[in-house]
Amino acid sequence: MYEDDIAAISTPPGEGGIAIVRLSGNGVIEKMNPLFRPRREGTSLAGRPSHTLTLGWIIDDRGEIIDEVLVGIMKCPRSYTGEDVVEINCHGGSLPARRCLERVLSAGFRLAEPGEFTRRAYLNGRLDISQAEAVIDIIRAKSDKGMRLAQQQLSGMNFSYIANLEDGLTRINAMIEASIDFPDEVGEPDYDEVEGRLQEILSKLDSLINAARRAEVYREGISIAICGKPNVGKSTLLNTLLRKEKAIVTEIPGTTRDVIEDYINVRGIPVKIMDTAGIRFTEDQVEKIGVERSREAIKAADLVLFLLDVETGITAEDREIFSQIHTQNIIVMVNKEDLIEKKIDETSLKGMFPGLPIIRGSAREEIGIDELEESIEKLVLSGQTGSDNLEIMVSTRQRSALERARQQVLDTRDGLREAPLDCLGVDLGGAMEALGEITGKNLKEEAIDRIFHDFCIGK
Amino acid sequence: MIYQAGNYDVVVIGAGHAGCEAALAAARMGCSTLMITLSIQHIALMPCNPSIGGPAKAQVVREIDALGGEMAVNIDKANIQIRMINTGKGPAVQALRAQADKEEYHREMLRTLEATPNLSILMAEVDRIETENGRISGVVTRTGARFGCQAVVITSGTYLKGRVIIGDVAFDSGPGNQIPPMRLSENLKELGIELGRFKTGTPPRIDSRTVDFSKMIEQPGDPQPLRFSFISPRNEREQLSCWLTRSNPETHRIVMENIERAPLFTGIIKGRGPRYCPSFEDKVVRFSHKDNHQLFVEPEGRRTNEMYVQGLNTSLPEDVQLQVLHSIAGLEHCRMIRTGYAIEYDYVVPSQLRLSLETRQVSGLFTAGQINGTSGYEEAAAQGIIAGINAALKAREKEPFILKRSEAFIGVMIDDLVTKENDEPYRLLTSRAEYRLLLRQDNADLRLTEKAHAIGLVTSQRWDIFREKKELLDRERARLQEEYVLPLDSRMAKFLADKDSAPLRDRISLWELLRRPEIKIEEYPALELMEEFDLDVMEQLELQAKYEGYIRKQEDQVRRFEKMEARKIPEDMNYDEVYGLAFEALQKLNAVRPASIGQASRIAGVNPADINILLVFLEKKRRK
Ligand SMILES: Nc1nc2c(ncn2[C@@H]2O[C@H](COP(=O)(O)OP(=O)(O)OP(=O)(O)O)[C@@H](O)[C@H]2O)c(=O)[nH]1
Ligand SMILES: [Mg+2]
Repeated sequence: MYEDDIAAISTPPGEGGIAIVRLSGNGVIEKMNPLFRPRREGTSLAGRPSHTLTLGWIIDDRGEIIDEVLVGIMKCPRSYTGEDVVEINCHGGSLPARRCLERVLSAGFRLAEPGEFTRRAYLNGRLDISQAEAVIDIIRAKSDKGMRLAQQQLSGMNFSYIANLEDGLTRINAMIEASIDFPDEVGEPDYDEVEGRLQEILSKLDSLINAARRAEVYREGISIAICGKPNVGKSTLLNTLLRKEKAIVTEIPGTTRDVIEDYINVRGIPVKIMDTAGIRFTEDQVEKIGVERSREAIKAADLVLFLLDVETGITAEDREIFSQIHTQNIIVMVNKEDLIEKKIDETSLKGMFPGLPIIRGSAREEIGIDELEESIEKLVLSGQTGSDNLEIMVSTRQRSALERARQQVLDTRDGLREAPLDCLGVDLGGAMEALGEITGKNLKEEAIDRIFHDFCIGK
Repeated sequence: MIYQAGNYDVVVIGAGHAGCEAALAAARMGCSTLMITLSIQHIALMPCNPSIGGPAKAQVVREIDALGGEMAVNIDKANIQIRMINTGKGPAVQALRAQADKEEYHREMLRTLEATPNLSILMAEVDRIETENGRISGVVTRTGARFGCQAVVITSGTYLKGRVIIGDVAFDSGPGNQIPPMRLSENLKELGIELGRFKTGTPPRIDSRTVDFSKMIEQPGDPQPLRFSFISPRNEREQLSCWLTRSNPETHRIVMENIERAPLFTGIIKGRGPRYCPSFEDKVVRFSHKDNHQLFVEPEGRRTNEMYVQGLNTSLPEDVQLQVLHSIAGLEHCRMIRTGYAIEYDYVVPSQLRLSLETRQVSGLFTAGQINGTSGYEEAAAQGIIAGINAALKAREKEPFILKRSEAFIGVMIDDLVTKENDEPYRLLTSRAEYRLLLRQDNADLRLTEKAHAIGLVTSQRWDIFREKKELLDRERARLQEEYVLPLDSRMAKFLADKDSAPLRDRISLWELLRRPEIKIEEYPALELMEEFDLDVMEQLELQAKYEGYIRKQEDQVRRFEKMEARKIPEDMNYDEVYGLAFEALQKLNAVRPASIGQASRIAGVNPADINILLVFLEKKRRK
């Protein structure tokens, strides 16, 4: 456990320009291969010299882009920890960084223990003997703080919810293990019952994970980019949402030349909102740079508001822009609906943007703004609205444990009718271990206690 | 008057299942060994149930065998029934279980002991263990004989200060009315060893001639009984049946009516009993909603009328035991031959032991078996062989022999005993092993025989059988992986169709084909894809192929696990010097004194932060 590949966000939490996800372990540079697509095709991270930066994207297991990043590599032993180190620089602050971290964790990295990078640095001779005490202080302080936080987070309602979950898991485990270890006294487990209970556990885990995501959204906020062709009304919309004249509005296309950002609060969710330069082909040097920067900001945004102009209709320019952003979370807004002239009809909209939320309104006349906010809220919390009103604040560590537990419960359920009991035990054991990381309990021992409690066993 | 009676390398005190394995191991490794027992008639006695094996325990018996121990060979000579249980639950938890002929088991073991060179048996009671500068120097018997020695293994089972309780009657006694040793406990305390007190129990035995079997369900053995040992000949012994009956509401009424006379409730019994082996009265009280409990009536041998009533272990007064028996279908007129009883005894708190089973207080003093707070013949025998090996190695001034959790159930058990707090007699369960898919009974020889060979515990006969099997396995595995069948092969196509197995789209190796659940290796010879080999070999290959995915998963986990096991903590580690440890961790580390970082991380109350701090501290020490 203490020499495998570890990962953590190494910059302090909160809004900041750049957040860094740091990885350490031997061979971690090669292990980035399935996670990272370099901008320049044909290059690979492992092939690059130590202490260089490479631009590219973190991608998910289907090859879809998660975030644009700058990746630094430091080869063993010339690194902070003395092992191979990878530093993923995520712009756009902590939310994209969390996504990158989750991707890395899902690929088999373990979340670093508090102070673990420093501990490794020390063990690998990168720090002086005289620094040992300081290293220990770091470990102690970080872990005590973590513990306090965890305890606060687990108090009250959440605690009983998780305890309930643990109870369900240990009960199933006890059913399986009792039938293995005491075949004379305990028959085969009732598979229908086990399946039902697993299903129940899965839905509880889902609610927890969703609640955690929801909490994260409220805590960390999201970023939204307003995007569209020149003169569509982007700056007007920004000003309306901000309730102040932050961006210059004119009837001249190409007014906004750079990314303008500010902060608003949409139904309790902190939002960094960005107005961008209208995307078009241009010879103008200044505008060209602005368009390029806008593209990057749009790509890094959690949500894109794609504006259309009801007066011009859907043009080739709109189609071109949409083709560049279509993989992202999008809300389509048809602007300038206050005008009489309407060149966009419902059918063509539905045809071009199947499944996307579409809002008709006016930035200038403040029509449809409520609808827009509602749509933002819905999209951000999509699928995460639990009816149980669960409130949970968990750390990334805890959430990753929850997600691992969920995966293993899923594996158990899927293998239930095929794999033999002892193999099911492998997955179920993994789920209990993951959940145990949250509460610090040894659930396997508890499951053994449970066997004796629930079943009448004895020769 | 104390007199010099001789010198030995190793002295083993006790001749139960742990003692026999310990003495045999030490003698077979070439040490002059003395085994001292209270009674030669009770060597390898089974004072409780007449059976060996079952989940987790069968794995252990096979491991003992793979190491060159005797239990498997002996039960193969002395069984009256063998069954493979858990067959539908996966390869890792399948387990062989035998009913034993108790008398024959004892006799066969005695014969083996007597035929073993370097091994002497002595009937005596050891009163005292002598030390010199913290190291074992000898033992002294009650009658004054002093034997000098390098190492001592105590395997006194449940005898130490044994006290038998039946209803309101209680008296000092070992199992089976034997005199319990009373002085050794005091001597151990003088040596600084902490003792605790546990309790266990046994059911009444009845006369088979007074049982009406027509009212019970017959439980026959397997039609083709297997064997425990990798080197035993095929099992061709006649199989006897066991019988299933049940208690009923009337039985439970009798228990409840007399419950205030049960020692567990009157408070006469103070020691902690095992939860997996509750007394019958305990079951009736705790599971009051159940109106019946299973009871198995099992023969204790071929040439005795005694039968064991499994499930009825009790310390109720004798008259109540009789009423209980007579209320049960088939036992209405049974005669009780031995009364059930509870027994309390002293045990050595096992966290004082090293992983070699040597006590930390006295160099050269080992303890093994129920004296270490375990239950079960198999658990005892397993500790016996490890303690015997390590006593022999100690006498030779060699490094101890330690099995890891990833190598054997024996390793899991000893690590649990030493590392975790146990408040009841410890019993192995398959769920205690985190890598149980690797620790199967079928591969115990592949896991352990080479290790045992390296320390000289494996006979040439066993070694030849093992090498032949291993070579065959390696060769056949390689062949199956390299030989392919083609989609064009019409005979294969027909075979697959008959089996409802998907037709081949591409060539596929014989090995990969085995991954299909519906394809069995035993069908290969008929298809001329393989010669007809020994069943063991065929099964082994099939298992390796079928579960390769899960096995790989576990092997990966083991590699990570072993890295931390390899980080040793020095013997003389002073935890008080470690700056930054949490107070609870400090206390626990001082109590357990783990041998490695891995072991430390398993101690309850030692957190990841404490482990990281320990790692930093050890590195700092190393650099100085
Ligand atoms: N009638 C009407 N006019 C609008 C509306 N929103 C914006 N406009 C007008 O459209 C023109 C362009 O508005 P901007 O907000 O500057 O457009 P933009 O998308 O930021 O344009 P660039 O920065 O040049 O890319 C201005 O004259 C606005 O007054 C609306 O809802 N209704
Ligand atoms: Mg603008």
